[in-house]
Parts: sequence; structure tokens; C-alpha cells
Amino acid sequence: MLGSLDARIPAGSLDTKWTDHKFSMRLVNPNNKRRFDIIVVGSGLAGASAAASLGELGYRVKVLTYHDSPRRAHSIAAQGGINAAKNYQNDGDSVYRLFYDTIKGGDYRAREANVYRLAEVSVDIIDQATAQGVPFAREYGGLLDNRSFGGAQVSRTFYARGQTGQQLLLGAYSALMRQVAAGTVELHTRSEMLELVMHDGRAVGVVTRDLITGEIVSHSAHAVVLATGGYGNVYFLSTNAKMCNVTAAWRAHRKGALFANPCYTQIHPTCIPASDDFQSKLTLMSESLRNDGRIWVPLAHDDGRAPHEIPDADRDYFLERKYPAFGNLVPRDVASRNAKTVVDEGRGVGPLRNGVYLDFSGAMARDGEAVIRAKYGNLFDMYERITGEDPYTVPMRIYPATHYTMGGLWVDYELMSNVPGLFVMGEANFSDHGANRLGASALMQGLADGYFILPYTIGNYLSDYLGDPALGTSEPVFADAEQAVANEMSRWLSIGGTRSVDHYHRELGKLVWDYIGMARNKTGLEKALSEIPALREEYHRNVRVLGSADTLNQSLEKAGRVADLFELAELMARDALTREESCGGHFREEHQTTDGEAMRDDDNFTHVAAWEWNGEGTPQTRHREELEFENVELTQRSYK
Amino acid sequence: MSAEINLTLKVWRQAGPSAEGRFVTYEADGISTDASFLEMLDIVNERLIEAGDEPIVFESDCREGICGTCGLMINGQAHGPQKGTATCQLHMRSFSDGDHIVIEPWRATSFPVLRDLAVDRRAMDAIIGAGGYISVNTGAAPDANLTPVPKETADTAFDAAACIGCGACVAACPNSAAQLFTAAKVQHLNLLPQGQAQRWARTEAMVETMEAFFGSCTNHGECEEACPKEIPIDFIAWTNRDYIKAKVKNRKLAG
Repeated sequence: MLGSLDARIPAGSLDTKWTDHKFSMRLVNPNNKRRFDIIVVGSGLAGASAAASLGELGYRVKVLTYHDSPRRAHSIAAQGGINAAKNYQNDGDSVYRLFYDTIKGGDYRAREANVYRLAEVSVDIIDQATAQGVPFAREYGGLLDNRSFGGAQVSRTFYARGQTGQQLLLGAYSALMRQVAAGTVELHTRSEMLELVMHDGRAVGVVTRDLITGEIVSHSAHAVVLATGGYGNVYFLSTNAKMCNVTAAWRAHRKGALFANPCYTQIHPTCIPASDDFQSKLTLMSESLRNDGRIWVPLAHDDGRAPHEIPDADRDYFLERKYPAFGNLVPRDVASRNAKTVVDEGRGVGPLRNGVYLDFSGAMARDGEAVIRAKYGNLFDMYERITGEDPYTVPMRIYPATHYTMGGLWVDYELMSNVPGLFVMGEANFSDHGANRLGASALMQGLADGYFILPYTIGNYLSDYLGDPALGTSEPVFADAEQAVANEMSRWLSIGGTRSVDHYHRELGKLVWDYIGMARNKTGLEKALSEIPALREEYHRNVRVLGSADTLNQSLEKAGRVADLFELAELMARDALTREESCGGHFREEHQTTDGEAMRDDDNFTHVAAWEWNGEGTPQTRHREELEFENVELTQRSYK
Repeated sequence: MSAEINLTLKVWRQAGPSAEGRFVTYEADGISTDASFLEMLDIVNERLIEAGDEPIVFESDCREGICGTCGLMINGQAHGPQKGTATCQLHMRSFSDGDHIVIEPWRATSFPVLRDLAVDRRAMDAIIGAGGYISVNTGAAPDANLTPVPKETADTAFDAAACIGCGACVAACPNSAAQLFTAAKVQHLNLLPQGQAQRWARTEAMVETMEAFFGSCTNHGECEEACPKEIPIDFIAWTNRDYIKAKVKNRKLAG
């Protein structure tokens, strides 16, 4: 059993903690760095930036990714931008303000010290990315441009048209490939991590499966870093890429790493509504669209008129009406829930009445179509390709979809999990966004962790093991882990059931969306806790995985991932049921104010819930990390 | 408006890198025109699994046209008939009832087939490793606004940087050259002030690495037509110019 959870937050005042801590951490001298092996799993913003930085420092780094190229990691799909407290716009931004906005946006469920550090290093990220050649948007004078984003009243978001994620990832990927060419980083593509290997209570390596040949391979190291993204695909329909999964993090959880706040999931307000049963994913339209688009639905229920036939007087610009100060730029959870409310009232638009309008006619009249095209052209094109409708003439239809997961593996201030030697970065950890992430903060966190935090903190851990070689892969712990993977593969192939992996994934997704989606209640969560295990039992008995384990076999790859999502879904329900309050993305219908806003219970829930695996069939144990707020006063979030 | 159409697919099936491949015909009936091309293949695969046949292997990830994972030859056209559109963003409303659709993997010696429609594109990463970066260690960067970049320059660099690395340019090229990919990557960095220090070394190394893996460019221009991001072939011209200069300058710089 674990004792109380200690995040090892350094003492001292908020604004000097990180500086002081960097000085107090032990260093590994340059000659000794090359004696340490570090495995980085994942090649998105966090993984690529960390691997490149660690390689530059002289460590021996191994990057494992299931993609065919590191550049394909899902960070690539982020559209809107990246926050940084540069205050280039002279509108009163500061490190403290970015810290404050993030804490408040997270509904006071994140660690002050982590978030302040994030805001502090945000400015360095912009410098680093620009030096790498990331083509951020610029003003005519040649300096960097910014825009505003949900949850903030300053313009602090740096952006690269609608593909900020791709451009930042290409920057990190180019830095990574430079190290690969220099020989400091060994790159293994199409290698999926399926086991974390432990020895003496420490993480000492991983076992992967080669997705082309099926070969099961052991990798040993002094430390293992997971940068494997979030678990939004538990909903099946989400804005995540098809391959995103929780497997690496979950396999670590099964080996003892605590999984924190799994019920904190984020629903993104501006996605294209679902159109049919065969739909394979939902497409996000950048939140930046809310800068110029106005969100509305008809005032009347079941108003069958085309949008341009509905006069202003018959429209309800519901966000502007309810939140005059922030209007269409309220945070994501607030925007999403309000869209759900009007659709549930029967005022939804589109053929399935499952969307709300996002209307650019006003902005085009004000700025001209050319300006709107320059800002959002690629998003408008994408919308037209998917829906067959032209958003320059007909308002877009949008509806919320699962987009990001704030929960993840528990880490301390140094980004190390409770398992010594296992570090977790980016969306895969739980640390910085509390119960709700602000727009343009995911890219910031991934790169902060990878470029500027982990490369320092990992040395503090490694310095204890100077002179110790990494455990050999011929040790029994590796053989056992390899055998476990081999057994798993044969198990899937031998079930011989009747339905595909995707069938069960889709069914699971429906349960999770209905019971652990935008709004949750006790009855639904209890249903989830009986229906998810029942479906999982059927899955393990009746799934059909054809083919063999020694070839490229996509059904086999997915089988294990979906099995892990089943277990995670159950934990999400349990976490959501235990958290008897509403906060950020976790909205419990029993806990709301009279006007329908989330109502926290600070007396009983100002803590992180971190769950400990107890073996299959036994519910996890809930541990708490109390959150101390020394600088920010907890208030009811209000964007009115 | 959505409708349902019936299609006949001729799909390349190949069990592994060294196996013989062949076309197999599948009837795909009752496909909604609102489905994406890949969702159509998902439906076909579901039916195959139900019938006890192994599904068709094809790659995709983001399904938003940005990760570059997907890529199919559709009736001989890389990414299919819709201009400026990756396979995942192509929808079945581009097809008609009764259509025959031939679906093949990218065809190029440097992209060996792994299975069915999936190919190995690692050679593209090698081109990046040869010089597709600006050497700046983490922490060594000056303030981002220290060096103004004219908006026009930044915008043009961006047009090149929009490349998603899908390999359609290679598949479309009669020579299987990766010149558009390479040129886009070279010019993204060569155009920016930050990229000047390594401009000549980068150009020579990347172009020559491209030539080591892929065929040579002879200006057919098929790549520009196939590119899902509509990257202009001008970048190839600029890269050719930079390459000639680089051959001279690099010798001089080396003394």
C-alpha cells in the first residue's frame, strides 16, 4: 500500500520555486550523461521535444513510436495555437496572469506550483520554436502576431494558420531527426509498447511489438518516459486520431503507476456534428473560429427555416445573452454545456437537429470575406469537404465532441510517477490543466514538459544510479514481460468470436458518451459500472481477430487497445461517481447552481484522486493528493 | 443530399513485403455518399471480417488531412479525383452509382509495400535527418521578436511548410522522385532568416539524400497536381537554383 501522495513541491514563494529547484537538483556531468539510457515512448510534441533535448545533452536516447514516422503523432492535428505570456500585445499579460487564467480555467483543480512553472517557461517555447523555423503568423512589420482564445481576455496565443500543431511538431521532429542523424537518439518506428518492465520497484524498460513483423522486443534503460497522449478514444467518436489509445499508460497503471482524475475529460465545443452510423471520427474546427463567429440557434423549437430566413429577432445568441463579458469566448466546458442545453431543448439545427450555428456573416460584412479567408480559409475548406456545404454562404453547424483528457498518470513536480524511474509528460500525465484545459494550452504543456522541464528533472533521478549499467534484457523480468505479450497475442487470435474489435469499440463508446459524457449523474454512472463490465466480458468472449501475430495485423493491434479502454472506462465511471461535485469538464447534474453552472465542493474535493491498480476484477483504491492554494483564492468561476 | 450508391472495388492485396500481390474484386453496396472514402473501406472491412476474411490493410490516423498517414492510388490518381484533398478527406459524393474504383498502394521502389495498401516511407525521414532542420539546441534561442521576418517571406515559407509528408508526390511522379517533398522542406527553412546559416549545406545534403533513395526530378509536374496541400512546383525551381549555388559555395566554404 502507498502512503500519502507527496508531489514533492519545493518550498518557497511561487515565483522562485522553479528557479530555486533547478539550482538545488543534482546534475549529471556531461561525460556521465552518455552512460545513461533513456527510453521515450511517443513522438508527439512532448516526446519529440524531450528526446531531442536529451540527445543534445548527451544522453543515450531511444524513441519508440507506433507511427511510421514521428511526424505523424496526433499533436500534428492541433489547429488553433499555443499560449505564451510574452505580452507582445501590451495588453497586460504576464506570467502571473497566464498562471491565474490556467488555474481558474481548470476550475481550481490543478497544482499551483506546476501551473506557475508552465506559465514561466511558456515564453521560452516561443523563442525555441521560432529559432527552429516554425512559421508563426506575423504582422506586416515582421514581428509575431497573436490572437485571443477562450478563457482569456488578453491576446497571448501564437498561431500558424490553422495548423499550429503541425508546425510546432515539425519543429520538434526536425530537432529529433537532427539527433537521430547525429547518433544520440535511436529511433524505432512502428514499435508499440505493450509492457512496462519493473525491477526492484523501479521502471527499467519496456517490451514492444514490431507492428510489421510481430517481433516482440525488450528495451532496457535507466529511465522510461511516457509521452503517449490522452484517452479520448474511449468514446470511439472523438476528435482524436484513429490510433490514439491509452495502452502505454494503462500498462504502466497495471504495473503500479497511479491513474489520476480519469473523469476529467474535455468536450470541445466546435466540432462538426455526427452525420451517420458509419462515422469513424468527429472533426474539430479550431476554437479560434469563436473569435469571429457568432453562435446561435433559433428562438423557436423545431424552427424549420433555413438560417438566412431567420431574422435576428428570432435568433438566440445564447452565449452572448448569458455571458455578456466573455460572450462566444467562454471556456470550452461552458460553451459545450450550453450547446447541449439548447439542443436538448429541441432547438438544434441541421438535418438531425444535433448542432448549433456558428455564423460568420457579421464578421464578413465587417472585415470582408478576404480577411476571414486569410484567417480561417483552411478550416472553411475542410468544413466544406466534409459536409458539402459552403460556410462562406451558409452558417457552419457545430456540436461538442470529446477532444482532450485532463486526467492521466499521476506525476510529482518533477514529472515522475509514483513508480521510480517512470516519467510521464504531455497529455498522458494529469498535472497542469486541473478539471478543464484552456484552448492553446495543450501545445504549451507538451513542449514545456519536453523542452524545459523533464530534461532538468530526469538528471535529479539518474544521478543516484551513476555507474550502474542498465539491467540486461536477458534478465528474467524481460523474458517474463515478453512472454506476457506473446500470450496476449495468442489469446486474441484464439477467441474466434463473431464481432469485430471496432464493433465493440463503437458500443463501448456509446455507453461512455451516454453515461460519462458532457453531463453525468449517479444513476447513469451506476449503470455504466454494470453495463461496461458486461460488455467487456462479451468482448473477451466473442471478439473476432483474424490472421496471425507475425504480420501487419491491424485488428490484432486494436484488440489490446480496446481491452485497455474497457478497463479505463470503468475507472472513469468510478472516479466520476466518487467525485460528488461539478468542476470543469466533470459536470454532475446533482451539483449545479440554480442557473445551471458547475458547483464545486471545495471543502471535500479540493484534491486529486489517484487510483491504484489492485489486479483484474478488483476495484482500484482511491488515493488523494490535497491541493493547497496559497496564492489564488478559490471562487465560483464566472464568465458573465 | 445523401444517397446510397453501389460500387465495384478492385483492391490490391499483398500478404507481405515479399509476397506476390494481386487485385481482388469486392462489391461495395449501399454506401452513403456522406461517407468518407476511408469510412467506405471501414464498411467493406466490417463485412469482410463478418464473412471470415482478413480485412484490407490501409493506413490512416487523423482523418483530417494533416498527419499524412493515409494515401491511396484511386483510379490511378494519388489521393483520388478531388484536387487538394488527402484520401481521408475525400468523400463518396465524388463518386457515382455503379462506379468501378481501382485502389492501389503508393507505387515506388523506395516505398516497399508492407501489406495490401500500406507502404514503408522511412526514406522521407532520412531526407529530413540529412539537413531538414535548423541547428538550435534547446535553450539557445534568442527572443522570438529579435529577428523580424517580412510577412510575405513568412507566408511563402509557410506555403512550403504546409507539406504533410504523405508521399503523394512520389507516387504521382513517373520517376518516383521525392523532389516536391524535398523542395518544400528545403525552401521552408531556406526562405527564413533563421535558416540562412545552414542554407547551402542543407540544400546539398537534402537533395543528394533524396537522389540516393528516389528517382531524379525531370520536371513532369505531376507532383503539384497530386499534392493534397497544393504545394507549388516553384519550390522545386528555387531548390534547383539553390542546389547549383550550393555546389559552388560549399566548395568555397570548405576552403
